[in-house]
Amino acid sequence: MIPAAFDYVRAESAGHAIALLAEHGDEAKLLAGGHSLLPLMKLRLASPTVLVDVGRLDDLRFIRDAGDHIAIGALTRHRDLEISELLSQTAPLLHHAAGHVGDPQVRHRGTIGGSLAHADPASDLPAVVLALGGTLVVEGPNGQREIPIGEFYTGFLESALEPDELLTEIRIPKLDTLGWSFQKFNRRAQDWAIVGVAAVRADGHSGVGLVNMGSTPLYAAGVVDALHSGATAAEAAERANEGTEAQSDNNATVEYREHLARVLVRRALEESGLS
Amino acid sequence: MKITMTVNGVERTDEVEPRTLLAHHLREALGLTGTNIGCDTSSCGACTIHVDGQSVKSCTMLAVQADGSDVLTIEGLADGDTLHPMQRCFQQNHGLQCGYCTPGMVMAAVSLLEENPNPTEREVRLGLEGNLCRCTGYHNIVQSVLACAAESSGAAS
Ligand SMILES: Cc1cc2nc3c(=O)[nH]c(=O)nc-3n(C[C@H](O)[C@H](O)[C@H](O)COP(=O)(O)OP(=O)(O)OC[C@H]3O[C@@H](n4cnc5c(N)ncnc54)[C@H](O)[C@@H]3O)c2cc1C
Ligand code: FES
Ligand code: FES
Repeated sequence: MIPAAFDYVRAESAGHAIALLAEHGDEAKLLAGGHSLLPLMKLRLASPTVLVDVGRLDDLRFIRDAGDHIAIGALTRHRDLEISELLSQTAPLLHHAAGHVGDPQVRHRGTIGGSLAHADPASDLPAVVLALGGTLVVEGPNGQREIPIGEFYTGFLESALEPDELLTEIRIPKLDTLGWSFQKFNRRAQDWAIVGVAAVRADGHSGVGLVNMGSTPLYAAGVVDALHSGATAAEAAERANEGTEAQSDNNATVEYREHLARVLVRRALEESGLS
Repeated sequence: MKITMTVNGVERTDEVEPRTLLAHHLREALGLTGTNIGCDTSSCGACTIHVDGQSVKSCTMLAVQADGSDVLTIEGLADGDTLHPMQRCFQQNHGLQCGYCTPGMVMAAVSLLEENPNPTEREVRLGLEGNLCRCTGYHNIVQSVLACAAESSGAAS
């Protein structure tokens, strides 16, 4: 199927992209890797009239050691994350999870910025960045601001990004990692997670993110609270569904998703080294 | 919009509508119908080609996004009448039945071996997870890719 007609503009710089968004308002959409947006446009579930292509902004494609955090450019592709030696040393959870997004062809095109900005509760990387306590750097007509990932997701496919803002960088704190785990439960290769869990245990930090357990990517606050009180993996996992609003679909009922969340959180915590 | 790309070593300049998918551009404007389209959901991988040396699903890319790129399709893989080793390994190991998935499978497999020249069987299966086959049950496809990897590492040593 073919998308509805639109005008196509290629951004030459981050500033140019922001100016184009300001000029075209609600009609415009950014195009990064296109692996969430183009499938929606092909099915005519999205029909923007202007596409601003930021896919060639190579200066937003980097993974850098920035002292207390790792700075990742929004246009960095899943494949870049998957093969980054720096990331495997400093944020092994993200390094590993990026290699489990979709399939190789998807990872060759899709970007971390697109994954986070799309705000799909079924996406893997938002849950990972929630667990790691990342910060998103966005730029708009009034300059730059930083949004903690915990304040980023506001509703189904909705985020704190304004329509004229561009996500430019993702900051992942450098943790003294004790253990981590990424549990992606699906029935067939390539599928999205029916439920997924990203967990990290580090010196002074525990974080758990949930995939597909509500209308937004979720932080498992109840589980983390239990961990801070010294709970075992099994005890903490009992709180996996606090604040979740799982939906039923062809793959799973609400009850089954809640069961999976408990089981996968327990497995994730155990794999992260908690007994 | 006018776009220029190198397709199978030949530079092509064409006028395209922005909404034209790369798969359609290759098939309809350039007549390269080896790249198949098997789904509407970016799932099947029949449309897999290489853009700047990496496997991509050409149904999930706009032709305008490939402006300035180096594109390789199944038609550009063989060296004249000599099949690419991956094509030959598919032939010799019965890696196809109806052949619909084959162009995409072969392109994905070539990309897989470029990234990982000596994959395990499991790595081959994971590396081809973006490509669906309705006929073979995958077994002989995996054998074909492993045979090709063994052959080229043998040739290298
Ligand atoms: C077959 C298939 C399987 C997949 N499987 C998985 C999976 O298992 N797990 C998973 O997590 N994902 C999966 N994906 C999605 C994939 O990870 C996408 O690449 C990703 O979700 C979006 O990134 P993108 O660069 O392609 O974004 P695009 O599709 O280009 O953009 C997505 C949205 O984000 C906005 N946007 C993009 N970049 C920015 C930016 N820098 N600033 C502000 N807004 C921006 C766009 O305007 C658009 O609304 C799959 C996709 C396909 C096609
Ligand atoms: S045609 Fe099915 S993935 Fe492209
Ligand atoms: S050989 Fe028929 S679909 Fe693969």
